[in-house]
Amino acid sequence: MSADPTQVLAFETDCHIFDGCGFPAPGLHSFLFEPLWGNADGNGLYFNKPMLLALLGSFIIVGFFWAAFNKPKVVPGKLQMVAESGYDFIRRGVVYETIGKKEGEKYVPLVVTLFFFVWMMNLWSIIPVAQFPVTSIIAYPMVLALIVYVLWVSLTFKRHGFVGFFKNVTGYDKSLGAVLPLSMTIEFFSNLLVRPFTHAVRLFANMFAGHTLLLLFTIASWYLLNGIGFAYAGVSFVMTLIMTAFELFIQAVQAYVFVLLTCTYIQGALAENH
Amino acid sequence: MTSALVFLAAEGEKENPLIPPWPELVIGLIAFVIVFGFLAKKLLPNINKVLEERREAIEGGIEKAEAAQTEAQSVLEQYKAQLAEARHEAARLRQEAQEQGATLIAEMRAEGQRQREEIIAAGHAQIQADRKAAASALRQDVGQLATQLAGKLVGESLEDHARQSRVIDRFLDELDDKATTAEATR
Repeated sequence: MSADPTQVLAFETDCHIFDGCGFPAPGLHSFLFEPLWGNADGNGLYFNKPMLLALLGSFIIVGFFWAAFNKPKVVPGKLQMVAESGYDFIRRGVVYETIGKKEGEKYVPLVVTLFFFVWMMNLWSIIPVAQFPVTSIIAYPMVLALIVYVLWVSLTFKRHGFVGFFKNVTGYDKSLGAVLPLSMTIEFFSNLLVRPFTHAVRLFANMFAGHTLLLLFTIASWYLLNGIGFAYAGVSFVMTLIMTAFELFIQAVQAYVFVLLTCTYIQGALAENH
Repeated sequence: MTSALVFLAAEGEKENPLIPPWPELVIGLIAFVIVFGFLAKKLLPNINKVLEERREAIEGGIEKAEAAQTEAQSVLEQYKAQLAEARHEAARLRQEAQEQGATLIAEMRAEGQRQREEIIAAGHAQIQADRKAAASALRQDVGQLATQLAGKLVGESLEDHARQSRVIDRFLDELDDKATTAEATR
C-alpha cells in the first residue's frame, strides 16, 4: 500500500490501543494528498484525489441534469421530477425569495449551479471509496467565493456607478452623524475584504471539521479494538454512523447557506442605496 | 511509513490550509465552469421551456375547466328555472282543479237542492190537488149520503135539488170554516 499516511485507510495500520502505539489522530495531514500525477513539492503541475473528485463531481452533476433535462417532457418522468424539484427549490425558494422574480431570473443558472456544485463536492465526504469532501480544501470554496465576489463588485459598479459603489459598500448614511467615518471604515473592510473570505471559509471550515470528526471516530473505532477497548470501539463506531448521518445533513445545509449568502450579496448590489 | 512521515513533515510545515495552491484553484474553476456551462447554456433553458409549456398547458386546462364549469352552472340554472316553472305550473293546475272541483260541487249541490225543491213542490201540488179532488168527491158523497139519510129520516124525498144543494153547501162551508179556524188557532 501507499506509504503516504493520508492515503492509508484507518484499518490498514496495525496500531491498536495497549500495543504501546499512539493514537494516529487525524489532522492537517489528512487533507494533504500525494499527487496521483506530477509533483506537488515545487510549483509544478500535479493532479491529486480532490482534483479528481472535483472533476468527477462536475461530470456527475452534468450527467444527472443531462439525463433529467436533455429531453424534458411536459409530463415529467421520475428523474425529471426529482431534478425539477431541486431546481425549483433553488429558483423559487432561494433566488425569488431574496432577489425577487424580476431581477433574480438572470442569476438562477449561477445559483443553481453553485448549489448543486457545492452540494456534490460536500457529498463526496460520505460516498464510499471517495470519502473526502472536496470543499474541505480551501481552493474550491475560494474559487466559488471569488466568482461571487467578482460578480457582486461588478454588479454594484454597474448599478450605482463609482460613487454609488462606494456608498453602497461603506453603508453611507448621513443620519449616523459623527459615527459615520467609523461606521464607513468598518463597513468597507467588512464588505470588501472580510466578506469573500468568510463566505469561502464558512463552507471550508464546516466541511473540514466534519471530515475531521468522521476520521476521528473511524480511526478510533479501529484503534480501540484491543482488550477492554472493544466496548469503546463500539461506541466510537456508533458515533461514526451518527456523524455520517449528521454530515449528510450539514452538507446540504452548507450548500444552501452558501447560495443563500450569494443571493443576499447580489440583492445588496442591486438594492438602492440605503 | 518512514517516507510518509517525511512527506508529512515536509508538507506540514509548508502548507497552510487557508492558502490554496494554484493548480487546485484552476481545477476548481474548470470543474465549476463545466457544470455552469452545461446548466446555463443548455439544460436549464431546456427545462424552463418545458416548465413554461406545462404552465400554459395547466392554465389552458384550467381555462377549459372554468368554461365547462360556467356552462354547467348556466345549464343548472336553466334546469332549476325550468323546474321551478314546472312546479309553479303544477301548483297552478292543482289550484285550478281544486277550484273547478269546488265550483262543480257547489253547482251540483245547488242543482240537487233545486231538484229537491222541485220534487217537494210537485209533491205538495199533487197532494194539494189530490186533497182538493178528495174533498170535492167527499163533499158530493157526504151530501148524497146525508140527503139520502135525511130523506129516509124525514120520510120524504127532498126533491128540490137546488135548495137541497144550497143547504148542504152552507152546512159544509160552516164545517170548513170551523176546520180552518181550528187549524189557524192550532
